[in-house]
Amino acid sequence: MRTSLTRRTGLLASVCAATLFTTTLFTTTLGLIATAAAQSSIKIGYAISRTGPNTGGAAVTTIPNYELWVKEVNATGGIKLGDKRVPIEVVQYDDRSNAEEAVRALERLINQDKVDFILPPWGTGLNLAVGPTLNREGYPHIASTAVTDRAPELAKRWPNSFWLLGTSADAAKSLVELLTKLRDEKQIGDTVAMVSIADGFGIDLSAAGRKALMDAKFKLAYDKTYPIGSQDLAPLINEVKTLNPDVFIAFSYPPDTLAITEQARIAGLNPKVFYTGVGTAFPLYRQRFGKNIEGVMGIGGWSGDSPAIKDYLARHKASAANGAEPDRWASAVTYAGLQMLQQAIEKVGKVDRAAVIKELQTGTFDTVIGKVKLENNMPTRYWWVGQWQDGEFYGISPAGNDGARKAIVPKPAWVTQ
Amino acid sequence: MANAILTGLMLGGMYALTAMGLTLQYGVARIMNLSYGEFLIAAAFASHWLFTGWALSPFVGLAFVVPAAFVINLVIYKVLLTPLVRRAKTRDALEVDSILATFGLTFIVQGLMLSVFGGAYYSYSFLAYPVNFLGEIVAANRLAALSVAIVIGIVLYLALTKTRAGTAVRAVAVDPIAAQLVAIDVPRTSALTFALGGALVAAAGVLVSTFLTFNASSGVVYTMKALIIVVMGGVGNIMGCLIAGLLLGVSEALVSAFVDPGLTLAVNFALFLTVLLVKPAGLFGRATR
Repeated sequence: MRTSLTRRTGLLASVCAATLFTTTLFTTTLGLIATAAAQSSIKIGYAISRTGPNTGGAAVTTIPNYELWVKEVNATGGIKLGDKRVPIEVVQYDDRSNAEEAVRALERLINQDKVDFILPPWGTGLNLAVGPTLNREGYPHIASTAVTDRAPELAKRWPNSFWLLGTSADAAKSLVELLTKLRDEKQIGDTVAMVSIADGFGIDLSAAGRKALMDAKFKLAYDKTYPIGSQDLAPLINEVKTLNPDVFIAFSYPPDTLAITEQARIAGLNPKVFYTGVGTAFPLYRQRFGKNIEGVMGIGGWSGDSPAIKDYLARHKASAANGAEPDRWASAVTYAGLQMLQQAIEKVGKVDRAAVIKELQTGTFDTVIGKVKLENNMPTRYWWVGQWQDGEFYGISPAGNDGARKAIVPKPAWVTQ
Repeated sequence: MANAILTGLMLGGMYALTAMGLTLQYGVARIMNLSYGEFLIAAAFASHWLFTGWALSPFVGLAFVVPAAFVINLVIYKVLLTPLVRRAKTRDALEVDSILATFGLTFIVQGLMLSVFGGAYYSYSFLAYPVNFLGEIVAANRLAALSVAIVIGIVLYLALTKTRAGTAVRAVAVDPIAAQLVAIDVPRTSALTFALGGALVAAAGVLVSTFLTFNASSGVVYTMKALIIVVMGGVGNIMGCLIAGLLLGVSEALVSAFVDPGLTLAVNFALFLTVLLVKPAGLFGRATR
């Protein structure tokens, strides 16, 4: 009697806990409808992760940019349609980091709220999930926080979709190009230790990285994955330390990017090249490690010296809660995507989604990341490797990009805090 | 090898620390608190706020956060959970009700944290320097967490086994009806134990926040881990909790160092399953009659 009841209780507990992760018990939404005059506005909708595992990314990269853009556009009177400006009216929901919920929210935005345009969700997974819906309904889909090797294929299949952040194969290739160049210049040797998170991003990037490293004849001394949610990566780092590699690469997510850096500092793992994944470009990284960030490489980067970026940084800080800074990778790209949408709408001069899609495919746009002209629905230039230099995360690879800095190698020693 | 075992002990100490509160709340007060992890994160936020806003060391912060958590948990028990305790016909019915109630509480606490702190990741640097411990280099903050876990574990164990009040708590854990017959104030003991569990999880949250990155949504991870450790160690058994936590930590570290870091989760659950198959009531749990 007692045992069977306890077992049932345990089951209930696990069902409830699982519900926390996935299902749709709560259908409450954060409907924030700005007041605006009835006919004379452009309705823009989005579903974004306000809760759930994606919150950390969305809160840094996406939400502050959406809010900044809407605020700025409305301050100038709105989006220019013909010879008058109409303000943006926002409808937004919480997708709870859940693919089904994201699709449902978009369907609601389209069918019930009848929004004119839709802004993308945060992250690769959710952008892939909402792709078919946006394609079917003919809405432009400017995916500015998705890194996927399928981007070129998806851009063909869904001509309304634009993949501003590129492919993981490119990311790995660009990193290995940089390493090859450093090796040719005799700045580093050829032993590499690589760790990656056993989740979409880490799997894709480590697969591409492994191949690129092998092709470039690097010695892969250590190549291991770790599960998502690992709370202590000390064993990994200690192991890598004994191998004393020239290059350390971690394709990691924000919490583990911080944990790996912390442990490397504690264990005294200080290879000539120290590269970590998502989160390295976050302002939190600088705040957390202070002077120790000097010379750390990571995914992303931006042209920190460009006046447009400096101006964007200042405006972002002034607008965001607590003066938060943007991250140095997808934030500026996200904002550029919004500028592209606005310029495309203004060029078309009316709410004609098909024409706006056409304009996005063919037009040239003036954005915070410079002039953008898409080819096959993707930009031609990306920042793939950045490095913290003097408190700013500058893009260093591909070296041909405007504003590319020279890499600081070897990485300076960790300083004690 | 020594290094792997040491890192394993550190990790295990952290696991045990984060699970001790739940073993009290679940084992004695019979509240299967699903919002447990949220309270841990709330304490982490409180510590972050005290540290960055007031420059208060987390160890000083403990002096504020832990009593506050005790009071808050006492109020929650009195206001929210006592009605459930009153109407529950059996302890098992109470478990089911408490799961549902605290599941709801999860959303409230998480929502409050989201509205105050937003969804971004938080992290700060405290005692983040290497120290030499038994010939190995370890992080001072993790060592501190391990020491506190061991101290709390031992103090609680002694308090529960050697004092009159502790004996009363154990009596309630074993049989609340019979406990009343020997003049133990069961409702009061349950309430205080629940609040004590809340205070413990707050202490864990403060200590964990010195080395882990967290955001408003990361509570559920801790609830799950704590649940595994509590069940594995034997519900309501502090020593079992400590041993189970250390066991998980050491096995994870050994597998990570000698087999493959990708298998740490697998070994976690394999160990859990083995314990459940061999001793269904947990390592230190007594089989129920």
